[in-house]
Amino acid sequence: MKVCRRSFLSLIIGGAAGTALSPLPLKLMDDSSIWTQMWPWTPVPEDGEVSHVGSICTLCPGGCGITVRKVNDRAIKIEGMKGHPVNDGGICVLGLSGLQLLYGPTRVKTPLKRAGARGEGKWEKISWDKAIAEIVKKLGELREKDKSHKVACISGTDRGTVSQLLGRFLTVYGSPNFIRVPSIQDSYELTMHKMQGVQASVGFDFENADFVLSFGSGLIDGWGSPVRMIKANSKWKERGKVVQIESRLSNTAAKADKWVAINPGTEAALALAIANVIIQKSLYNTDFVKNYSSGFEEFKEMVLNEFNPDDVSQITGVSASTIESLAKSFAGSSKPLAVCGQGRGETPGSLNEFMAVYALNALVGNIDKKGGVWTVPDPDYIKWPEVEMDRTASNGMHKARIDGAGSKRYPDTRYLLDRLPNAINSGEEYPVEALFVAGANPVYTIPDSKAVKEAFNKVPFVVSFSSYMDETAANSDLILPNHVFLERYEDVPTPVGLQKPIISLSKPVVKPQFNTKHLGDVILLIAKSFGGMIAKAFPWDSYEVCLKQTLGNKWDKLINDVFWTDSNFKPAVWGGSFNTPSRKFKFVNKSKAEPIKIEGDKQTYPLILMPYNSMRLASGFIGDPPFVIKTVEDTVLKGKEILVEVNPKSARGFREGDQAILSTPKGSVKVRVHHFNGIMPGLVALPRGLGHTAYDEYLADKGVNFNELIGPVEDPVSGLNAAWGIRAKLTRA
Amino acid sequence: MKEQHKNTKAKKYGMVIDLDKCTGCGACMAACMAENNVPFKKDESNKLDSITWMRVYSLTNGKKFPEADICYIPRPCMHCEAHNGHAPCVSVCPATATDYNRNTGIVSQIYTRCFGCRYCMAACPYHARYFNWWDPVWPDGMEKYLSPNVSPRMRGVVEKCSFCFHRHQLAMNKAYVEGRRELEEDEYQTSCTQACPAGAIIFGDLNNPGHAVSQIAKPDHKHGGRPMNPHAFRLLERLGTNPKVYYLSSREWVRRAGDNYIKDEGKQGNH
Ligand code: SF4
Ligand code: SF4
Ligand code: SF4
Repeated sequence: MKVCRRSFLSLIIGGAAGTALSPLPLKLMDDSSIWTQMWPWTPVPEDGEVSHVGSICTLCPGGCGITVRKVNDRAIKIEGMKGHPVNDGGICVLGLSGLQLLYGPTRVKTPLKRAGARGEGKWEKISWDKAIAEIVKKLGELREKDKSHKVACISGTDRGTVSQLLGRFLTVYGSPNFIRVPSIQDSYELTMHKMQGVQASVGFDFENADFVLSFGSGLIDGWGSPVRMIKANSKWKERGKVVQIESRLSNTAAKADKWVAINPGTEAALALAIANVIIQKSLYNTDFVKNYSSGFEEFKEMVLNEFNPDDVSQITGVSASTIESLAKSFAGSSKPLAVCGQGRGETPGSLNEFMAVYALNALVGNIDKKGGVWTVPDPDYIKWPEVEMDRTASNGMHKARIDGAGSKRYPDTRYLLDRLPNAINSGEEYPVEALFVAGANPVYTIPDSKAVKEAFNKVPFVVSFSSYMDETAANSDLILPNHVFLERYEDVPTPVGLQKPIISLSKPVVKPQFNTKHLGDVILLIAKSFGGMIAKAFPWDSYEVCLKQTLGNKWDKLINDVFWTDSNFKPAVWGGSFNTPSRKFKFVNKSKAEPIKIEGDKQTYPLILMPYNSMRLASGFIGDPPFVIKTVEDTVLKGKEILVEVNPKSARGFREGDQAILSTPKGSVKVRVHHFNGIMPGLVALPRGLGHTAYDEYLADKGVNFNELIGPVEDPVSGLNAAWGIRAKLTRA
Repeated sequence: MKEQHKNTKAKKYGMVIDLDKCTGCGACMAACMAENNVPFKKDESNKLDSITWMRVYSLTNGKKFPEADICYIPRPCMHCEAHNGHAPCVSVCPATATDYNRNTGIVSQIYTRCFGCRYCMAACPYHARYFNWWDPVWPDGMEKYLSPNVSPRMRGVVEKCSFCFHRHQLAMNKAYVEGRRELEEDEYQTSCTQACPAGAIIFGDLNNPGHAVSQIAKPDHKHGGRPMNPHAFRLLERLGTNPKVYYLSSREWVRRAGDNYIKDEGKQGNH
């Protein structure tokens, strides 16, 4: 309120003065007009034929339909596509600014080869032929020396034809090291694997849920498919309740019907205490529990013994009566839904927490039910022939993964990118000789930036396929720029969290603006240069041919409508989606779930630093374009300085706007202090998405990258990063 | 084709913004900038010179943890009717560069007439007007996305939200070609309304009882357009600016914050 009232008010006063002074001598106005309009230079945008092209935004995993307005061959504006099942006309701040990426200064305009030291910013422009030849040469050498497994590839996704081509190439080439960028998707996949015995994605029927219990998920702060979530939130305003459990008043908490402040990192305990009440009071769905689940008795015993509300209220700071009332309203609703995954869901989190929250859904029997959690099969339209591997390839594929996924320690986890820096730096497994990065910006997004840089420096050959000069591209040896999303074809399977399988088609809205090449075509070219089994695995002349064949009879529909939905899809009937040995849902938590311990000791670091997400700060592989960074409030970023949120109670003499040094065991940065009553005393919060060093002058060097201040903490079960915060202190600058 | 009346009834375009639904996501701000060729600078953190026709303010209830609460308030130009179209900004402009259009209720800004005295900025109680201190500069190549429907502004002029007036003109042109004088509700919608993922912004003719805006806000035209919906309010209602932007909130502290601006004036922070 303060901000608003003051600025409005000051202008009321000004207004009175302005009125009083208005009959000024005309001469003075002349002067001011001369002074103000000395150089009336402005571009005059050319008019022409208007057209609209439908496509898909892939700037985040949201997968929104977009309609792009064009004048002649220029794209003028991106709007949300009406009727698209994900966003039906809505669009987010980043999607709206997409043209600033297309036409912006951060584009890599042609293949580049490093000319100076790594990261120095000196580049030599090279031809596509030469760029591809360099890769083929390097990969050929490694293969000859039986080092094919020492090649790794980091990809933003593992779904859709482009990433499948990448994975396929790695396989026939002979490397097990295809690594997907981590997110809560990993934790949910593992949860479903352990509790339902399936390999599938989780879908949430949010639109039909009438009571959403969110354990810190930033439902309207970018979690899941962001526009879809914001739309669902508006639905809940009309019919439905949201309870947000979080230690900070996020936008989600502010918009929720009830905000329950909780001690951070204790969400799993709270979920199990809620389970305790539900079981104790027999509020659970007896049909489901009796007939479709296994392990309930052990689960019950554990929960009743170890998670009674009184004890848990000590840990969580949530009163026993609140726990009880949450349990009652959750179990008493007709379509309750419990979700977790901190903030935007970039950190996978504690598997115990995911399973505890998932168990709540099972207790009330809302698995595969209207308004509940659905098992969404991975789209199966990519039906390429099995690859045939030569000896080198199969030898390589039998080597252990560098990140430890699938190892004895973490047998069920598929990808562990956050372990990669340490694996490279410690040299425990084997060195990485070549690293390829596509649709990802790991130098910026992996926690512990220092270790990440060190690891990158140890890899002798780093190739980026980025369209933009992001931090990873800037620290690579070769950049083979992909077309941006508005210039290329790409299939976009079901966005994260959607309850129904869909396929969308991103298609070229304008012709490529620069000397870039579709990553799909680049993979085909590399493979073909190898000949043999490798070339044989890629029988397509071009990516477009491959995509068209793969989509088969869906192609025409996709070209016309941009999306395809499976109209026959219905959630499985109970039991149908359970593939455990007993064909039943399995309550897994058996022993006391150890909370995830964060790094740092309390003595040195009296505070806890936590990240927060905002729709106005893109924190994935794309950085904020100028329009988006413009929307960031001055209580978050002032000039180049970032503000950290501190409760006035724990500000210890730091006044609003004071400079301070924020230190954690991982690093120290300069910040300014912002008093915020919405944050729990004892915590400091820093937004994700700032502190870029690459990109353009509109974004670079503003604020601090959260990942400089935190390192990963391995979840004991999954090996995924479960760090929800880190100990910290604020000292005088 | 049916004969049209020469004088169609005057419109009063206005907005209702549901603050319960608004998530503060900022899409409306970017939608506006992208639609209206709004420029940007390297540093936009000084909000006084950051040109945002649509700006989302955040309000807090001033309470302590865990009673604290936030509410976002998107603020376009209110297109004040005041008394008889004498909007605060209109009445002070010596160049008639800003004008109240009686057919639409839209307060226009004519850049070529504006010579930058900035009286209107001082007069506007909503801080809805912005001055171009610099010529706009688009990075090389980025001017490709500029829309031909809205002229880019030059240094020395004031600009503000136009309710995407060019969209009205385009829609009217189309209607005329089709032999109509009246627009359907969905034919003229502002860019922010269209973009808002929450569906928090509704736009239409406050004079038209069939339009959602008038059904929801229920403006009392006999009393300066005051909303009759108990959850609706306007910013600084008592100034008598008769704004055409209505807000909805189920939270009382939000309604009070927008409505009364004198009480506890002394308690302001450093913003
Ligand atoms: S939510 Fe994601 S996919 Fe949708 S418009 Fe925004 S950036 Fe694009
Ligand atoms: S786009 Fe809608 S939800 Fe987002 S800030 Fe604007 S009004 Fe609020
Ligand atoms: S809000 Fe300000 S600029 Fe808009 S009409 Fe009212 S006084 Fe004029």
